[in-house]
This record gives sequence, structure tokens and C-alpha cells, in this order.
Amino acid sequence: MRHGRWRFLAGALVPALVLHAVFVLSPYAQAFYLSLTDWTGVAGEAHFVGAGNYVRLGNDSLFLHAVRNNAVMLVVVPLVTIGIGLFLASMMHLGGRGGRRGIAGSGAYQIVYFFPQLLSLVVIAVLWGFVYNPNTGLLNGALRSLGLDGLTRSWLASPSLALIAVMAVLVWSSVGFYVVLFSAAIDSIPRELFEAALLDGAGGWATFRTVTFPLVRENVHVAFVYLGIAALDAFAVVQVMTVGPGGPDGATEVIGLSLYRNAFQYGKFGYASAMGVALFFATLTLAVLALRSGRKERLELA
Amino acid sequence: MNPSPLSGPYPTRRTVLRAAATAGVALPLLSACVTGGDDDQDPAAGNTGAKSADNPLGVKADAPLEVVIFKGGYGDEYARQAETLYAQRYAGAKIDHQGIQKIGEALQPRFVANTPPDVVDNTGASRLDIATLVSARQVSDLSQLLDAPAYDDPGRTVRDTLLPGVVDDGTFDTVPLTLNFTYTVWGLWYSRPLFAGKGWTYPKSWDEMLALCATIKAAGIAPWTYQGKYPEYINDPLLGMAAKTGGPTLVKAVDNLEPNAWKAPGLLGAAEAFAELAGKGYIMSGSEALSHTEAQAAWSQGKAAFIPCGSWLESEQKGVTAPNFDMVMGPVPSRTSADTLKHTALQAASSESFLVPAKAKNPAGGMEYLRILFSKQSAKAFAQTAGTLPAVAGATDGLTLSSGLGSVRDAVQAAGTETFTYRFRTWYAPLAKAVDDATGELVNRRITAAQWSERIQKAADALAKDSTVKKYTR
Repeated sequence: MRHGRWRFLAGALVPALVLHAVFVLSPYAQAFYLSLTDWTGVAGEAHFVGAGNYVRLGNDSLFLHAVRNNAVMLVVVPLVTIGIGLFLASMMHLGGRGGRRGIAGSGAYQIVYFFPQLLSLVVIAVLWGFVYNPNTGLLNGALRSLGLDGLTRSWLASPSLALIAVMAVLVWSSVGFYVVLFSAAIDSIPRELFEAALLDGAGGWATFRTVTFPLVRENVHVAFVYLGIAALDAFAVVQVMTVGPGGPDGATEVIGLSLYRNAFQYGKFGYASAMGVALFFATLTLAVLALRSGRKERLELA
Repeated sequence: MNPSPLSGPYPTRRTVLRAAATAGVALPLLSACVTGGDDDQDPAAGNTGAKSADNPLGVKADAPLEVVIFKGGYGDEYARQAETLYAQRYAGAKIDHQGIQKIGEALQPRFVANTPPDVVDNTGASRLDIATLVSARQVSDLSQLLDAPAYDDPGRTVRDTLLPGVVDDGTFDTVPLTLNFTYTVWGLWYSRPLFAGKGWTYPKSWDEMLALCATIKAAGIAPWTYQGKYPEYINDPLLGMAAKTGGPTLVKAVDNLEPNAWKAPGLLGAAEAFAELAGKGYIMSGSEALSHTEAQAAWSQGKAAFIPCGSWLESEQKGVTAPNFDMVMGPVPSRTSADTLKHTALQAASSESFLVPAKAKNPAGGMEYLRILFSKQSAKAFAQTAGTLPAVAGATDGLTLSSGLGSVRDAVQAAGTETFTYRFRTWYAPLAKAVDDATGELVNRRITAAQWSERIQKAADALAKDSTVKKYTR
């Protein structure tokens, strides 16, 4: 009996553990090792170079551009996405007459907002590339038809606008998912709380600040972690959509793109692995910090 | 935490986790790592035959041959035809043909494991970086092949049948390592009927170009457009113009990373010319954000008169261009009247790069295959279907060519021996990126010509000092 239990546990765990070790842990371990070498990616030999690759990262101006851009995205993309997501979700629940119901047609909105989530990120980037086309694109076309010719821009080719244009696409593509997530969270708040707030004379903003937000804070923390990780990546959209890619002149460079270019175009897999390891620790730190800060105040419904 | 109800040898959560962690750490150490390739034996052992006049490379008749071809715009039918010829000569050989697009993804693990194919057409967006392959000693010396008699002209060596510059393009530190099958030239493209109808003549000098641009602009057409999303397209005419002013000395100084090479008057002059082109509003607005397909489509629709591109443009624009558009290519105009090279000089380079991996199992067969592929017979068949010049001299003799390809052949003949090419793009990919970025900024008037040369020089100096990058000279 006792042996049977061990055997059962081993039988259940070992296959999954082996797969995890071979396809997840082993590549991680190898990437850590490779980041200390000059591996070219095309030969079965690599020379140990110590921390040389990491020292080099600090002097690589394109990589520093990438870090700066990822940092900007890390702040802007989650904040804007969560802000819009919360606004739309609460409007769908409480934006209607008297603050008791959602605005008319909120079910349909929820479905429409979710649409971008169904498209692959590459498809989204291609579509938005067309939208941003300065001569035939939807955006400039709309501005021209409104008589706002002065506002038309070469969106992806202006250094000051390109990163904003990229972030807009990231927000657009993810906001629908968070509307649905926050909607579900608001749904789980007992109705009486809102009614009590209403009886106490709280307006829309006061209700949101004192009732809705504190009770969906957990979800907001999770959203921050996911969006933060997405903002540290952003490779697909930048690679497909931007000038260069990563341009103009590094204006939309992201760490993932630098990594990809060094590995697959320059044959510097060792150096690219160092970038990957740096990105790994940045993402890990972000996740730990965000989850730690979320642990402090957990409101419990009586 | 509740105490475990079971004690003794039963696993607790903690022991299971500990065992899992140990397994997770130990397994990757046991399994083979990416750098664990074994390169002690000669993989080609036993796969060579006796050399003879008929078999100058010593192919073993029944040794299998594996050919990997980039199946892009030219297809891979031409490669299969050469395989048929190979099979006729070496009846026992089993030929494994693969026509694929993702060369790098497919072959990288095989190079790492030292089991590469016998011939590789290392071409396309995901090709392996050739400088990296070369510095990792993964490519065979092709001298034997170049000195062997040509397949259908045994009086001459393979080397003698190739167009000027082809051998040099594949030479790294005096050793020929790759052989390029197509011959590409770069220039400015326009529609012959459009120019004839308006009475415009193709300019020979930059002053004539600026004068013509003023006329074109007055006619309501944008004089130039370019593939702004990929600034390397507008680099080509800029660097080509500089090469004409400074001649081979300038080109070599740039490729050899000499100090202040990018501050040569020829390069500064060319950069000023393109800054002026942009400054006078002669570039179609919005070009800076257009991809190559978008910019080329706008040009094919007659929205712009000139577009810079290589000789592949005609085949790329098939189906997007009206039948009577009759595109032709002209050489980049001369910047000064004191230029070292004539205005007919051409930026020309061979591409579609074939190589025989150093660790191939049948290298003699691989080279023999290339000897057959680079025969006049195969090259002619290729020129007929692909609409591109092959690297073999005289391959288009007697063929009726389309307007674009005809103009390319005429331009090559007019240039004669005055062809040039920069090698830094293949030798030092990061420098190419720095140049592309700078040129993008230059033609959008965010930096001046002086700043352009300053920042590229800085990138070149940094590269020259970087001891981790293998350097080449010419």
C-alpha cells in the first residue's frame, strides 16, 4: 500500500516534471550560462567571457534607448489601460440612470470591447500600420474629412509620436480584456453596498472611489502585473509596425527587439542571452513588487 | 499549518517539492547542452572519389547529396534542374532536395550539431549571418571549385565565367567561401513612356537631377519617393554617389574602418545632396513611413517619378504595374564633374549566396553541384524564368528581355569594369544599422550632413576598437 502510493505520486509527477525540466528549466539554465559566453549560435563551441556581456549592455546606446522606452511603456500602458478599463466597466454597471444600472446596451459594448482580444497581436500591428499610413491611412483620412488637416502627422515616422502610437495600439488591444475582468469583479460586489452608498447621497465618483475601487483592488493588482509584463515585451507590435523596425532612430526600440536583432541578425547569442537575463530579472522584480504591495490591505466582505 | 496526518516514509509536500527541485536542477546538467557539439571526426570521410578530367572535384558517384534552397521570389525549379543534371552524371547519388523559406531556423541547429547539408542557398530574411558563419569556421573554401573547368566550357575555369566582382563578394580574408548566383545592380527607376511623353531626359549629373526635379514637381508629380520604413533603400543611391566621387579608395577606406573614412568629401557631398533633395521638397510627403510595398505601389501608380531600388524591382512589381509602364533603371547621377568614376559606374553585387558547409558529409558533391548550377546552361534557364541577371557572364545572350531587365543588362554593359560595392553591410551588420538610422534622420532633415558623417564615424570607430568583432580588410 505504502509503495503503491509512492509509485502513484511518481507516476503522476515525473512526466510533467521531466517536460518542465527539459523545456523550461533547462533553456533557462542554458541562457544564464550562455550570457557569460560569446556563443555565435552557429557553432557547437562557446568561449567564457565572464561578465563582459553585461558590462557591454551599459555602453550600448541602442539598448539604453530600449530600456528607456520599456520604462515609459511600463508606466503608461498599465495606467492608461486600467484607467480606461475601470471607467468603461463601471459605466457599464453604474453609468445608467440613478446609478443603479449600467448604461443602455452595456452587454453589446462588452462584446465589442472584447473583439481586439480575439485577434493575434501581429494582425493588430499590421492593421494599425495601415491606420497610421500618412497618405492613405484611416487616421489621417478621418482628420482630413473633419477639416483638421493641420493635425495630420506621419505618426510612425515622427520620433516624438512613434512611441505614443505604439502604446496606443497596446492599450487598444488589451483594454477589452480588462473591461471584462473588472466587470466580473464589480458584478461580485453585493448590490446592497451600492444602494447604501446611494442612500447616503454618494455621487458617481464618490461611489467609485469608496466602494467600487477598494473592492476590485485585487483585480487591479493582477492587471498591473500582466500589463507590466506585456509592456516590458511589446516586441511583436514594434517589429511589425515601426520604421526600421525600432525607429525612427531608436525611438521605439524595445529590449525584445534588441535581443532579437543581436541573436538572429548579428549572430551574438551570448550577448543577446545577457539581454534576456536582464529582462528576466526586470520582469521578476516587477511581478514580486506588484504582488507584495497588493498583499498589504486585503478587504474582506463581512 | 496542520501537522501531517501521515508520518514515516510517506512523502510530505516539502519532500516532494525538494525532490522536484533537485530533479529540475540536475536534469539540464545531464542532458546535452547547445554548446555540446562534437567536432572530432571528419564527417566527409569515405565520401570522396578519384579525380579525373570528367570529375575534377573527385565526387564519389553514389554518395548522397543534400541540397537546401531558399524558395523565394525565384522559386526553386532552377535548382531542381541542376539536380537533374547532377543525377544524370552520378546515377547512384540519392539527392535530397529541400526548398524552404526559413533557412536560418531550419539550419541553425544543424550547424550547431555539426550535421549540416552539403549545399546551402543562404538567402532570404531569415538567412544565417554570413560573417558569423565564417568566423565560426563553418564554411568550406571554394578555391578548388573556382579553379575547376567550367561545366559546359572546359577550356575556362569556373572563376573566368563569372561577372566582375562575383568572386570578391564571396571572399573573406582572401579565401572564397560563398558563391553568389544572381547579379544585382542598384540605381534609380523610372517609367520610360512617362519620361518620353513629358520630354524629360534621365539626368547624368546631380545638377541636372535637381533641375529635372523642379520640372517634375511643377508638373504635379512628386519627383522622388523611397521605401522609408527601411532606410537602407535610400542609402544605396547616397553611398553610390559617394563612391563615384571618391572612387575605389573611398569605398575601401569605409570597408576597412579607416579613421575619418566617413568624413571623406565624397560622402559629405552625397549626404548634402540628399539633404538638399529633401529640403527642396522633392521627396513625396509621407514616404518616410511607407513600407517598400507601399512606396513602390505609389511609384507604380505614377505618384512619384523616381524610386531607388535594386534590379529585383521589376519582378517584385509584377502584377502591381500597368503593362505599358515599361520601367527602366538608370545609374545614380554624378555629384561633381571631377568624379573619379564615370556616371555610368554601377553599384553591383552578387547575391543568392551559395555555400558548402565545412562539416558537410559530401563536400565534393556539394561543389560539383555548384559547378553544374553555375554553368551557362543552368544560368540561362534561370534568367528566362526569374527575370534577373545570373552571376554567369553572357547568360542572357540571345534572350529577349523585358524592359527592366534589358535596361539592367545595358547598364551593366555600359559600366564595364567600373562596378563597385560596399562590403561593410555583410561584414558588420551593426554598422549597417547605424548607417541606416543616420540616413533616415538625414533625409527627414532632423540632422545635417555633417552630423550624419559625425555619428556614423563614431559608430565605425567604436566597431574598429571592439576586439570581439572579427575584422576583414579588402
